[in-house]
Amino acid sequence: MTTTEMMTLKTEPFVLNFGPVHPSTHGVYRMRVTLDGEVVIDLEPVVGYLHRGIEKLTEERTYGGVIPLTDRLDYISPMSNNLAYCLAVEKLAGIKVPERAEYLRVIMAELQRLANHCIAVGSLFSDSGAAFTPFMYMFREREKIVDLFEMVCGQRLTYNYMRIGGVSQDIPDEFLPALSKFLVTMPRFIDELDFFLKENEIFLARAKGVGILSKEVAINCGMSGPVARASGINRDLRKADPYSVYDRFEFDIPTCETGDCYDRYRVRIEEMRQSLRILEQASKDIPQGSVKADVPHLIRPPSGEAYGHLEAPKGELGFYIVSDNSIAPYRCHIRPTSLINLSALRDMIKGWKVADLIIIFGSIDITMGEVDR
Amino acid sequence: MTVPELVISNVSMAYTPPDWPGGYWWHWLFFSVVLIGFMLTMVIIAIYIERRGLGRMQSRLGPNRTGPFGVLQMVADVIKVLLKENIVPDKADKLVHWLAPIVAFVPVALIFAVIPFQNGALLADLNIGILFIVAVSSLTTLGVFMAGWGSSNKYSLLGAMRNVAAVVSYEIPLALSIVGTLLVAGTMSLNGIVIAQDIPFILVQPLGFLIFFIAGCAEINRSPFDLMEADSEIVAGFHTEYSGMKFALFYLVEYAEAIAISAIITSLFLGGWRGPLLPPWLWFIVKTLIVFFVMVWTRVTLPRVRIDQLMALAWKFLLPLALINLFITAIQVLAWDNAVNWIAVVVNIVVMVVLILIWSKFFKLGWGRLEV
Amino acid sequence: MKFERYGLGMLKGMSVTIRHMFRHPTVNQYPEQRLNISRRNRGNELIWSRERCTGCATCAKTCPQGAIEIITATNAEDNKYEVEKYQVDTGYCIQCGLCVEACPYDALFMGYSYERARYRRGELVQSDDELLESPERPASGYFHPDIAEKLPEQTLLIDKITEKRE
Repeated sequence: MTTTEMMTLKTEPFVLNFGPVHPSTHGVYRMRVTLDGEVVIDLEPVVGYLHRGIEKLTEERTYGGVIPLTDRLDYISPMSNNLAYCLAVEKLAGIKVPERAEYLRVIMAELQRLANHCIAVGSLFSDSGAAFTPFMYMFREREKIVDLFEMVCGQRLTYNYMRIGGVSQDIPDEFLPALSKFLVTMPRFIDELDFFLKENEIFLARAKGVGILSKEVAINCGMSGPVARASGINRDLRKADPYSVYDRFEFDIPTCETGDCYDRYRVRIEEMRQSLRILEQASKDIPQGSVKADVPHLIRPPSGEAYGHLEAPKGELGFYIVSDNSIAPYRCHIRPTSLINLSALRDMIKGWKVADLIIIFGSIDITMGEVDR
Repeated sequence: MTVPELVISNVSMAYTPPDWPGGYWWHWLFFSVVLIGFMLTMVIIAIYIERRGLGRMQSRLGPNRTGPFGVLQMVADVIKVLLKENIVPDKADKLVHWLAPIVAFVPVALIFAVIPFQNGALLADLNIGILFIVAVSSLTTLGVFMAGWGSSNKYSLLGAMRNVAAVVSYEIPLALSIVGTLLVAGTMSLNGIVIAQDIPFILVQPLGFLIFFIAGCAEINRSPFDLMEADSEIVAGFHTEYSGMKFALFYLVEYAEAIAISAIITSLFLGGWRGPLLPPWLWFIVKTLIVFFVMVWTRVTLPRVRIDQLMALAWKFLLPLALINLFITAIQVLAWDNAVNWIAVVVNIVVMVVLILIWSKFFKLGWGRLEV
Repeated sequence: MKFERYGLGMLKGMSVTIRHMFRHPTVNQYPEQRLNISRRNRGNELIWSRERCTGCATCAKTCPQGAIEIITATNAEDNKYEVEKYQVDTGYCIQCGLCVEACPYDALFMGYSYERARYRRGELVQSDDELLESPERPASGYFHPDIAEKLPEQTLLIDKITEKRE
């Protein structure tokens, strides 16, 4: 070997396994990362550790009995899952939902969006290292929302509230006063959180310009939800294809241009503010009436297929149901928002370091229950 | 005397013998016992303050069930850790894995030998006290690197590499910010520096205090620079594969280093044991715990920095500021007879504000994404 | 990293945390202080009323998990079904409440108590008289508004629960 060859250091990349059990992958997600020093060269995701066969299980339950099963898909925002499934079946069977039920559905869906973004933003900050302080603050706010849900349907995580043709029961008398108290304190909390972390130099350095997802790649991968809106795609199903009574409310859709982690965080915070606007309007205008259409217990929709989708907090969640006029669905396929959002992780991560991998992964906001079903 | 003799007599280690009733050996025995007890007690108090403070600032309580107000929590933790099984990975280098906690722990215990509790009350009143501290405290890194290498775990190796890079980079601003204080005080012995503080040096050397605080936090792997043991990225960094008493030693090292840096800051910048009413050693303890509380406060609030941002902060931000601080302090010491006066305070504070404003405009990080 | 705001962002954050230190923590010391749960709580166990049940088995057909097992016999004198065995496997139940909704005679209730854990799996299978309402197993108001009115009101965090020592 010549002297120059002896003096240059040779390095080689190695494979590091971020195993299924890891403090900051949200759920059981495994990635095999090829590293060169601290720089990520390649990423190979391995999913399937939480697969429970939900799509197959729906074929063995009645149409009404599938609803508790959809609670367990994306367990951070179950109301949206229930609602998506009910929209699909109502489209298939041609059922009209009464007005009061539609307003209640909108209130529950927007409260659920607030609760989901609380967890998303909180875990993004705790992954970036802030010793769980923002996590604790956001969970305190989520506690207030979950208390409201507990008042209505009796449980704190698996709500099972929506039914085919409406909602299951009417809200108690103390719900609307508690909701208005919540609508006063929540904007103050979001402002305090902004004061706390929006201009923090260390967080700006970790998140601004990191993990940029360009608009073309986002459209090609089929992104939806806050991830796509942060890259500049101005599409929200509540305005593009309005379901329920969303066309009666006034709200904006926040978008950003760059598509880095900081933009995704800002889009979520602004969405929280818009949800509060919708809630104020909905809780004032709610009409009286029945909360459930007159639908038989064991419903038999006519044969056919239908796709019902909505703007879940993580993106576009859809249910594709094929029925053959029996009491159970023939086939039910779920469009998994988190899995499709996860497919762009490999493009986003090349060239960044290990610390950025965690931040980028946290900013996409994945729940493994939805990825693996 | 010739120049070499002058040099040797000034920089060789001279030791002031104490006028202690029993003589040299009783003094040594008493202070060794007191220091070890002090270190362990202060670690327990520090962990208590950290856990309760962290809890209250996060809108929850800290431990409050074990003992009244949770004071016995650390005792319960120590008993639990002693009873755990000592697991050594199969492919680990056994000797290196066993020695690493000891090599990490001994230098930290050595630092306490030169910190004054009262006027003249130290284990060894070396006249090169600060130099001894800076030299000895860099040995802890060797222990950490041994832990990372000997664990045969890629996560530990990543953590250990980061630690070595960070500690080596932050030694320089640390040492330079101390030299400013030494110039003003005129002596390297810590007791002498405390005696020279008619005005606490935090006012006379504000920029030095800031640089020392940041560099000190980085040396001891404390948030916002705790990427060596980043909980969310590399599971636990260099002490992933440790359990039982060895893990307890690493845990102890982390808090003992934090107390040591707080004690050094107290002696160098806040006036050590000086104070009006209470006995001097009580003032020393109170000031140390206040500095430690500020460290806990920054831990609660700030997210972690990335490794290349950490290095850029050391080399591009702190080092030039430390050099300029040293330059200006040297001019002040030459200009006035007694550099500890109020004009110097005002001048130094103005200089610090101006420098931070100017440097913040110029400071920018390097690259972000590499092309692969 | 850029310090365009001269480090003010970090100082603002530190002011928020130190302010939290002086507020009341939002915690609850569990065994000594208990909060009231929802009046419509879909709790741990099912409660059955023997007088109203007619053995129609609508609940068993509606249950998505198949956790309810009913064996009936005809009773020619009273001209109705006599329920011989009514068994619920509480370990298999997912507390969805569809059975309570489905019952046409209001004979099923969800449970209101929540500290009903058992040490053995076999004890989770409850049948007949173990399922009746008793002081340890009060009924909750899920789908029964008359029972819901008599239960205590739910404590909400929005009403600012502070740490109370009683």
